[in-house]
Amino acid sequence: MIRSKILIRLVRSLSKLGSDFIDKVWRLGAGARLFGLMLISSGESFRRFRLVVREVYFTGVMSLVIISVSAFFVGMVLALQGYNTLQKYGSSEAIGVLVALALVRELGPVVTALLFAGRAGTAITAEIGLMKATEQLAAMEMMAVSPISRVIAPRFWAGVIALPILAALFSMIGILGGYLVAVPLIGVDSGAFWSQMQANVDWQFDIVNGVIKSIVFGVACTIIALFEGYDAPPTAEGVSRATTRTVVTSSLVVLALDFVLTSFMIV
Amino acid sequence: MTQNIVEIDNLSFGYKNRTLHKGISMSFPRGKVVAIMGGSGSGKTTLLRLIGGQFKPSAGEVRVDGQVVHQQNREGIYKLRRRMGMLFQQGALFTDLSVYDNVAFPMRELTDLPESMIHDLVLMKLNAVGLRGAHSLMPTELSGGMARRVALARAIALDPDIMMYDEPFAGLDPISMAVICDLIRTLNDALGITSIVVTHDVEETFSFADYIYFVADGVVAAEGRPEDLRQSTLPFIHQFVHGEKDGPVPFHYPAADYKLDLLG
Repeated sequence: MIRSKILIRLVRSLSKLGSDFIDKVWRLGAGARLFGLMLISSGESFRRFRLVVREVYFTGVMSLVIISVSAFFVGMVLALQGYNTLQKYGSSEAIGVLVALALVRELGPVVTALLFAGRAGTAITAEIGLMKATEQLAAMEMMAVSPISRVIAPRFWAGVIALPILAALFSMIGILGGYLVAVPLIGVDSGAFWSQMQANVDWQFDIVNGVIKSIVFGVACTIIALFEGYDAPPTAEGVSRATTRTVVTSSLVVLALDFVLTSFMIV
Repeated sequence: MTQNIVEIDNLSFGYKNRTLHKGISMSFPRGKVVAIMGGSGSGKTTLLRLIGGQFKPSAGEVRVDGQVVHQQNREGIYKLRRRMGMLFQQGALFTDLSVYDNVAFPMRELTDLPESMIHDLVLMKLNAVGLRGAHSLMPTELSGGMARRVALARAIALDPDIMMYDEPFAGLDPISMAVICDLIRTLNDALGITSIVVTHDVEETFSFADYIYFVADGVVAAEGRPEDLRQSTLPFIHQFVHGEKDGPVPFHYPAADYKLDLLG
């Protein structure tokens, strides 16, 4: 009797595991299909570029405050921590290089992508999810207007354009924050701060690689946010769960992609 | 040109393991207002989606002006949809656009009309539903009835041949209900379109429809002109038309024995 109960539970657990796995594979396929359809339908976005510009405003410009303030504090903390360590080795003038490299190579693209997923990604998911729940997407379909080319594609390209610009701004403001702590506050020589940075930050290896990362993160974060919204069950609970999934999935994908990209760039 | 603009022929459809329609046949003559009635969950709205080509039937076919909908490619379905207008249950207005821009949306997306002409057309469509003065409002500033009328103006923006209404009276006050009722009939006759109205509001529907289909258990349970159906002695139609709580459609959802459920 007990053995048969254990067996039933085991079978149930296994079948649940299997169904969860199939569901994940199905979602991955559905996401890839949406991505493919979106790329095919992108012509409309480029012909009517004002649709993309409008979305750049909502995803990019509206994220400026959170990005700027975060970058400023990250830069200041980097300078404080960096100075604390570097002065032990008598090389506190290298603080400018440390701040710049940390921001341009890693923190700029990664932290911007994480903040972007939290600020713009959730807004995109909730908006698309609610458009679906209130039948706005179905209404568009019935009007013979494709929601993928009219709603999804402009938001995708806006995200891909906005994230690298936000990451560049993040690095610039972070360096400014680091400068304010290192030079006026701690007293590091201003000339050494800038000249060491100029000498040691490489255009190709540091800046271009940072931009490549932020473009990849832009593609990943935006398509995840769009898919979660498009695939959300049309209920309040469904949209709320989809919004949470956007943040969790985007954050994990950004951190995993960062490792993969960095290993390719360093090797 | 066929006499019926829309024909549903022996259509079956279902979701996963639930069958909704079991061989339904209906026809919608040009210029008429035809209502599809039935209880909640009887698949009335799904029929509209099948006519619009959003779902594919598992058997049978839907023909719009002689063309089988599910055999069309995407371009063909979009071409057919340009001849249809649909009023959704809650209006489905685009919440980020004003009333004016909502009505202008299909014109801007699907035509190359100059903005000055779009302006005149939008105001004419809004005037037809009595809301020209509300053109600058946002959807959140409208009442349920007003939102439904704006959605109606948007649906007729490109002068469709077929208008489909999905529960147009749901959640409306008696005045808004009378306005929508009147608009359905007036627009149908003035524009010479064919209207398909999915609803379960008996009195309103009987007052304006030319022909009514009753759907129950996945089949057409009865059909006819309103005056004939009102006299019907069929148990289901009698229960539905007179709003009786028990009858062929039971009050209780199928369940195990009550005593057994309570006492174990």
